[in-house]
Amino acid sequence: MAIKTQGDEPGRGSDDAVRFGRRVDSSDNRVRMTEAVVVIELRKNYGAVEAVRGVTFEIARGECFGLLGPNGAGKTTTIEILEGLLHPTSGQARVLGRRWGADDDEIRERLGVCLQQTVLSPKLEVHETVELFRSFYRAGRAPADMIAEVGLTEKAHARVGALSGGQRQRLAVACALIGDPELLFLDEPTTGLDPQSRRQVWDIVNEFKSRGRTALLTTHYMDEAERLCDRVAVIDHGRIIAQGSPDELIHSLGGDHVVEISVGDNGSSRLDAGRLTDLPAVRAVHQEVGVWSLAVTEPHVAIPALLDHLRDDSHELLRLTTRHASLEDVFVALTGRHLRDE
Amino acid sequence: MSDPRAMRRRDAFLALIFARWREIYREPEVVTWSIVFPVVLSIALSIAFRNRPAETATVAVVAALENERITRILRNTPGIEVRVVEDAVAAAHALRMGMAAVVVVKDADGVVYRLDPTRPEALLARSRVDDALQRSAGREDPLPTREESVSEAGARYIDFLIPGIIGMNIMGGGMWGVGYHLVDMRIKRLLKRLMATPLRRGDFMLAQMIVRVVFVFAEVGFILTFARLLFGVPVRGSIIAIMFVSGLGGLCFAGLGVLTASRAMTIEKATGLMNVTQMPMFVGSGIFFSAERFPAVIQPFIQALPLTALNDALRSVILEGSGLISQAHEIALLASWGLVSFVLGLRYFRWD
Repeated sequence: MAIKTQGDEPGRGSDDAVRFGRRVDSSDNRVRMTEAVVVIELRKNYGAVEAVRGVTFEIARGECFGLLGPNGAGKTTTIEILEGLLHPTSGQARVLGRRWGADDDEIRERLGVCLQQTVLSPKLEVHETVELFRSFYRAGRAPADMIAEVGLTEKAHARVGALSGGQRQRLAVACALIGDPELLFLDEPTTGLDPQSRRQVWDIVNEFKSRGRTALLTTHYMDEAERLCDRVAVIDHGRIIAQGSPDELIHSLGGDHVVEISVGDNGSSRLDAGRLTDLPAVRAVHQEVGVWSLAVTEPHVAIPALLDHLRDDSHELLRLTTRHASLEDVFVALTGRHLRDE
Repeated sequence: MSDPRAMRRRDAFLALIFARWREIYREPEVVTWSIVFPVVLSIALSIAFRNRPAETATVAVVAALENERITRILRNTPGIEVRVVEDAVAAAHALRMGMAAVVVVKDADGVVYRLDPTRPEALLARSRVDDALQRSAGREDPLPTREESVSEAGARYIDFLIPGIIGMNIMGGGMWGVGYHLVDMRIKRLLKRLMATPLRRGDFMLAQMIVRVVFVFAEVGFILTFARLLFGVPVRGSIIAIMFVSGLGGLCFAGLGVLTASRAMTIEKATGLMNVTQMPMFVGSGIFFSAERFPAVIQPFIQALPLTALNDALRSVILEGSGLISQAHEIALLASWGLVSFVLGLRYFRWD
């Protein structure tokens, strides 16, 4: 892989740690009040397995932050430590200016939590489930309003067991929002849902964001992260390998566009990554199972040059597509793998 | 309750109780296991161990002039049915086919009983026939004896059985209704989800226990009503005493349910643990037969089991009308089992 960006600098994670460390060391009240979540050098081991290996990030109030990574990257472990459900092996996690172990009741009053794949009691009705969760909180929303907001009014008297997957997930989100939380944790909120259901969940999260609340979500869908998150941390093998807004991360590829080509085997020479990288407006080149992906700043400059290059070496062009770069491309550029490779 | 925090806790507590109650009565299996199963079981066992009418001994006598006196005497004896046959061949046939237990023949030396001594009913018939003939010939019994038959309500097998079935149901309900339910919630990550709310763990557990006890009241009331209407099982103790013992039993086994469910991460492991816990009590604690049948060596162990105490207390209170004071030992044993297992279970409970 030839790439002209800083994306895979090995020291990037620890640079962040230094930067955040400095800000938090001066931990005055101003920092505490503005940050909804502060995580410093968080580690979690399960026996010999290091699930989280020194994760550092912070989430400002009113921000929607995404942990983007493949399955097993350490996303769920990280979010469950922040939810107060797991104890870290080492490192710090502050939530709403408080620390787990000291102010647990107070933090829980102000948190909304949607775990990965919770099965709510199938024998209870939708409104009974929401009312049950409402009873746990000091203050909160009216259950009927909450049910309406997630679009389940018609199903209010249906048993949970009779709901579709998408409806169940919206109910789970309603249970997370019923205490009117300041901070919402969503662990893989749309995994396994159909496109329409995913969009409905996104609408609910966007509505929550629009009221100035803070959210942390984990996902392995790049489109979800792009659509919902103000900032994203790309996490892989328990480490954060890149962090920034979706636009920043895509820019870091060096080109906002991706041109993909595949060619026949009959050229006078094999295509060469170095020579493709030298083409004008091409910033990075990546090859995978016969498809060459070029990160490109200006497609109208790069494509004619590319076509000239193919004609000169008499390569047969089998396919050419061009699209806007995505976080998926960022992940591929950083790790050489796709988000959903298992 | 003007303190808003206390009020909110109470609301959450009540909401949990109602939610659990709804889950239970909306589960068809619950009705099957706690109501239908004990009823069917007690009907089946009451048929198998029914009190049979006194057996009649059938005796064959050949129709002949010299046998007429014998036939008359035996016909007038209760418990003997006389079958008059044509000749010796027919008599032998009746004996072979089991239509008669004894063939009575008069000859010159006296009376001959022809029978197969390996058949118990043959010996019974012989003894009755002999008694009747000897007495009519003038025998006087030197020791006067008489019989009293016991089959009054309260002393039959079904009367013994019903409190045992109630005890068995309280044990099963506590172990499965609380223990299995908790493991199921753990596997579905519902426990973890609840722990991410401000709900208190102790309140959650207490709500589970209370719902269990309320359900025990309903269950016991139903089985006792049924037993009384169908079998005439007497309910001699006070309702308060019966419900106190049942409710305490419910709490005790709910505590054992919490303990067995405290660590298990799979249904298989939980099911295995619960079966292992229940098995000694199922066999030894006097559900279907008295625990006294076991040898003295293992009696201390059997008497220490909570179900033995529960069954003993239920039988005393229901069948004999005993008061609670007389059951202090059993009550203390149940309370200790329940408390220790609940505290240990909560101490080692795995919430995620």
